[in-house]
Amino acid sequence: MTWPRLHRLLRDPLPWLTAALLLLVWGMPSLKPLFAAWFPTLDRPLYEQESFAALSMSHVAIVAASSAVSLAVGVAAGLFVTRGAGREFRPLVETLVAIGQTVPPVAVLALAVPLIGFGALPALIALALYGLLPIVRATIAGIESVPQGVLEVADGLGLTRLQRLQRTELPLALPVLLAGVRSSVIINIGTAAIASTVGARTLGSPIIVGLAGFNTAYVLQGAVVVALMAVVVDLGFERLGARWGRWRAAV
Amino acid sequence: MIELREVGKSYGAVRAVDGVSLTIERAEFVVLIGASGSGKSTLLKMINRLVEHDQGMVLFQGEQIRAFKPEDLRRRMGYAIQSIGLFPHWSVARNIATVPQLLRWPRERIAARVDELLALLDLEPALYRERYPHQLSGGQQQRVGVARALAADPEVLLMDEPFGALDPISRQALQHELIRIHRASRRTIVMVTHDIGEALRLATRIVLLDRGRIVQAGTPAQLLAHPADDFVREFFGGDERGLRLLALQPVAERVHAGESAPGEPLPHTASLRDALSQFIARGVSRLPVADAASGRVLGAIHFDDLLAPPSPTP
Repeated sequence: MTWPRLHRLLRDPLPWLTAALLLLVWGMPSLKPLFAAWFPTLDRPLYEQESFAALSMSHVAIVAASSAVSLAVGVAAGLFVTRGAGREFRPLVETLVAIGQTVPPVAVLALAVPLIGFGALPALIALALYGLLPIVRATIAGIESVPQGVLEVADGLGLTRLQRLQRTELPLALPVLLAGVRSSVIINIGTAAIASTVGARTLGSPIIVGLAGFNTAYVLQGAVVVALMAVVVDLGFERLGARWGRWRAAV
Repeated sequence: MIELREVGKSYGAVRAVDGVSLTIERAEFVVLIGASGSGKSTLLKMINRLVEHDQGMVLFQGEQIRAFKPEDLRRRMGYAIQSIGLFPHWSVARNIATVPQLLRWPRERIAARVDELLALLDLEPALYRERYPHQLSGGQQQRVGVARALAADPEVLLMDEPFGALDPISRQALQHELIRIHRASRRTIVMVTHDIGEALRLATRIVLLDRGRIVQAGTPAQLLAHPADDFVREFFGGDERGLRLLALQPVAERVHAGESAPGEPLPHTASLRDALSQFIARGVSRLPVADAASGRVLGAIHFDDLLAPPSPTP
């Protein structure tokens, strides 16, 4: 590896922060003396009911699953209301997803529990609903950002409707769409912590337990890992956006 | 090749195209011209079904265009518009390859065709193949647009104000390329423009439209010399008409062979309008004319020749 490349790699925050996150998740038990010294009044200065590795995995799984649902439903809805017969439904869909985000996730969770019960499923539904709005909006904005001339030429050269969507509209909408997915996922990483209140295993568990039992160390441990995870994922999306949007960057 | 019979198209109560009949033969270069709202663009788009006619019929190679699948019809006709029409996320090569790819040409044939077209339009293939549209100037983008329209060797080339967004110099250069391509390939071209100079330079036949109807159709010289009515006369420049007529004719046809005259010779490809300008600028009534390529003096042209060709000398 040449020196300038190594230098650039060393100055890039993404690998450093990723390493910090992994170390923290898997090395939390070895920080016990640190927390013991920091919070001498606490009997149990480290959250040990479950390992942080298991909590993090479960957290990531819930975010990934709910984001996948948001993405599939959101893009489908966004595409539906930007073409043909679907156009009439656009105000309706926009209102519905806006309501989805206006209702606080805690309220959605509270409403879901009597209907579905405790566990990961109500959390998943609440998060999926909550992450829908940025994706629907981004899909609509992305499709509308495709220049009229491009669409006209795509038709004029003989692309079918599907080819036009696959080869021109979606790729051209991608940078805008990706920005929507990014904010949706970041929101969900934070919100998923609240899902521990209904019995889902997430990094919110130490925070909730810590808040209930006046254990500041627990709150800190959960919060730092969640925050770091959000920052790492955000930077990851930024890289992806730069890569996928290369054609429009002035080179 | 293309036949329009009494075709019409309404948008609500507005008749954008109103009973137009026009037959376009193979190898013609037809320019549709008119003010904005004259229906020229709509008429062009009716040929490849971007706009569906609601009256009359359109025939392509003797068959009603409604008998074709729109995609199949469009792939047999090249289509170019103003430069915004390039796909910004594709390289130059991939843009040009659009229709050949849709037609599933083999990879090597596509690559060879892309390079051939880049060279034809005066873009060094090795230099431009992998560039993205935003890395090109407006004129270069438009060249790529024309190359893309020509890629699958279409039977007809449809162009909607293709050079509208260009500066005068790029515009003239591309007009020359297009004349060259038309002469070399004998391809049928239908173009929409609102630029009278462009129409006069390019067309073998001009179709002047107003409010969805054909006002007059004919060669550039016919429209200039014998306008059907005051509208046509005004449209082609009123007082400027004479100068435009002169601009259509090369001095070569009016040279007195073997005569000589003092001064810097005109190239034989110059127009009579260029000659007029030189007569006035130099304050003379006779100018020498030389072959544009070799520089050999061919003869002289007299001021009176602007009005009528010289009578054969006894």
